[in-house]
Amino acid sequence: RISNVLLCNVTDRVSFWFVVTDSSKNVTTVPGSEVEAAIRMNRNRINNAFLLSDKTLQFLKITSTLSPPVEPSTPVWLIVFGVVLCLIVAGIVFLIVSGIQKHKKKNKESTERENLEEKVEVTLENGIPCEALDLKTGRVNGVFAADDERFTSL
Amino acid sequence: LSGTPETPKEDGRPKWDNKFQYILSCIGFAVGLGNVWRFPYLCQIHGGGAFLIPYFIALLFEGIPLLHLELALGQCLRKGSIGAWNTISPYLGGVGVGSWMVSILVSLYYNTVLTWVMWYFINSFQEPLPWSVCPLNENRTGFNEECYESTAVNYFWYRKTLNITPDIAESGTFQWWLILCLAACWAIVYLCTIRGIETTGKAIYVTAIFPYLVLTIFLIQGLTLPGATEGLIYLFTPNLNTLKNPRVWLDAATQIFFSLSLAFGGLIAFASYNPTKNDCEKDAVTVAIVNSMTSLYASIPVFSVLGFKATTAYWDCLDRNIISIINEFDLPEESIMRQNYTSWISFLNSSYPEKIAGLKLKNCDLQEFLDQSVSGTGLAFIVFTQAIILMPGSQAWAILFFIMLFSLGLSSMFGNIEGVFTPLLELQIIPKSAPKELLSGIICLISFLIALCFTLGSGSYWIDIFDRYAASVPLLVLAFFEVIGVVYIYKIKRFSEDVEWMTGRKLNLFWQITWRFISPLLLLIVFMAFVTLQLQKPPSYTAWNPKYEGFPMKEEKVYPPWVQAICVLLAALPCVCVPLVALFHLVKQKRRSKDPSFVPPEVFSCQGANS
Repeated sequence: RISNVLLCNVTDRVSFWFVVTDSSKNVTTVPGSEVEAAIRMNRNRINNAFLLSDKTLQFLKITSTLSPPVEPSTPVWLIVFGVVLCLIVAGIVFLIVSGIQKHKKKNKESTERENLEEKVEVTLENGIPCEALDLKTGRVNGVFAADDERFTSL
Repeated sequence: LSGTPETPKEDGRPKWDNKFQYILSCIGFAVGLGNVWRFPYLCQIHGGGAFLIPYFIALLFEGIPLLHLELALGQCLRKGSIGAWNTISPYLGGVGVGSWMVSILVSLYYNTVLTWVMWYFINSFQEPLPWSVCPLNENRTGFNEECYESTAVNYFWYRKTLNITPDIAESGTFQWWLILCLAACWAIVYLCTIRGIETTGKAIYVTAIFPYLVLTIFLIQGLTLPGATEGLIYLFTPNLNTLKNPRVWLDAATQIFFSLSLAFGGLIAFASYNPTKNDCEKDAVTVAIVNSMTSLYASIPVFSVLGFKATTAYWDCLDRNIISIINEFDLPEESIMRQNYTSWISFLNSSYPEKIAGLKLKNCDLQEFLDQSVSGTGLAFIVFTQAIILMPGSQAWAILFFIMLFSLGLSSMFGNIEGVFTPLLELQIIPKSAPKELLSGIICLISFLIALCFTLGSGSYWIDIFDRYAASVPLLVLAFFEVIGVVYIYKIKRFSEDVEWMTGRKLNLFWQITWRFISPLLLLIVFMAFVTLQLQKPPSYTAWNPKYEGFPMKEEKVYPPWVQAICVLLAALPCVCVPLVALFHLVKQKRRSKDPSFVPPEVFSCQGANS
């Protein structure tokens, strides 16, 4: 009750010492530790009564219990990390798959080209298309023809 | 006979899509994290604008000539580092092997730094930023003690990110969140380097250009912050007296050398994919100048932000003192402001000196806050993150900042990986029918597994060791042998003819002088000075130990002998390749010369191979 709060040692700045008496026990003061515990539990109500906060209303030797910062169930950084990792893995998979596809296409192209070249090889001989060579008698190679005399006779 | 005649250019070697890709790749390789977090620091501690003098002298006589040499070499020989040096002379093959080893060691730890950047990036999407508030202790009456004694930013870096152990000998446990980020980083590297320059050439457009955009945005933002001008004045005020200190010249030379990423083999690999008739001289000058300009350009936003941070810390210091004075003397609120603080303090000190002394007020000095210079990871993850909290819209700034750091580091990783990938491809480790994707996958997987060591509690101490020993002395030694090898073994006359053939004009006298005398001499001096400085005192490190009396100051500790042995091994292993391979070839040559059917290989010439 208000009448049980007695003031003493009032100073210029709004600061004061106080003791709380227990009317039921013959005007003895309530021990400091109990008062401290009571203030700690009801800090919010006392602050609101004065329209002050923990920073502007200070009880000496009673440190205010601080509220921990709000933490979401999954830490935010893990979510961001998950997003980043998904992007990276998607990029790697895309590049590997496109690499394999290019490799297969190149292999297919090179085997096709080889087949084509073989066919071309077949129909080319010394740069002359075989159709032109299709003579029953064959062609006489002028380089060697004139050298008949140089061959040793058997 | 069938088939089309073989044109000399179509030797199946991949090539750049266009010249711009090549230049951008070289620039991206050279411009890395060091341009942002080492150059501004050096500028600051070595007399501001005065540092630019030794810096540009080193650029002219050491940086550009060595860069030109490497690019010309790669372009002429059209091979990666190991193949190129084997072609120059089998006795010099060790230089290539050494470069390849350094590239591997650097790739391992550099990607772990990117892991930290990625961790901060994915944590930047929260409101409030996790490094802005301290977590509470168990009974929720106050903040976590370690966090309270240092700062929330320090706590997030040392505890929540690294979970650092107080000593390098204590390995601690694997940090699973770092393992996840490490896997993601190596996956990104694999994604970009999967087919060699085919894929990095596309990725480089983004990773090399994006940092410049972000730096510009930070520049505009930084200049509008309060205290930015103090920071910039502090940075650029020249103090010519510092030039008398030889340490300044040494730092300038080493900064230019390491900033241009010379002797890694990556530049040789990049140049080897060029057509041979390409102006390598112009390329070298372009890349070197762009790299230095980027360093300068990056230091402006960095120092605006640091000036802002120092000013804010100074104001906080003043405010705290004001509150304690007001409380003690029961003065009305707002009677003491920042502006009249000094007059009030002098008045109160003369009237009530004991009371003022009893308050134990901290002496607030703006200069002191500006003097707190940091470089390296401390700048990015502690100082800059603290500054970002103070800016409006901190999430956006944090996200931008860390993406920028990530792109800067990633484009440098491309060069490192290329220095590993190209020689392996040429040595034909995997059969020719196997796809390139397999080789890059194997490289990334093995690197990831080895780099898991850096995710231990003591990981960051090991990264410091790798940075200080594997990526410093061996590079100087290898670069020295590079210049000597080309000038005196391959012979400068042959090389200048090759370069003339490639660029289409006569080799300038400047290159002759620098290649023959100035650059090797400079390298020798820098190497000796560097080693002397390292040997002057036993190698030590600073450890984060919450149980230390001077906490939150870091504890100075000496490396245990087994760690020192590893340091020496890291520095010596790439260097020792050079004499080992030369010896191996000498023995092989002696044995071969006894064989009568042996025919000596024909002399290589750049033009001969390509005409």
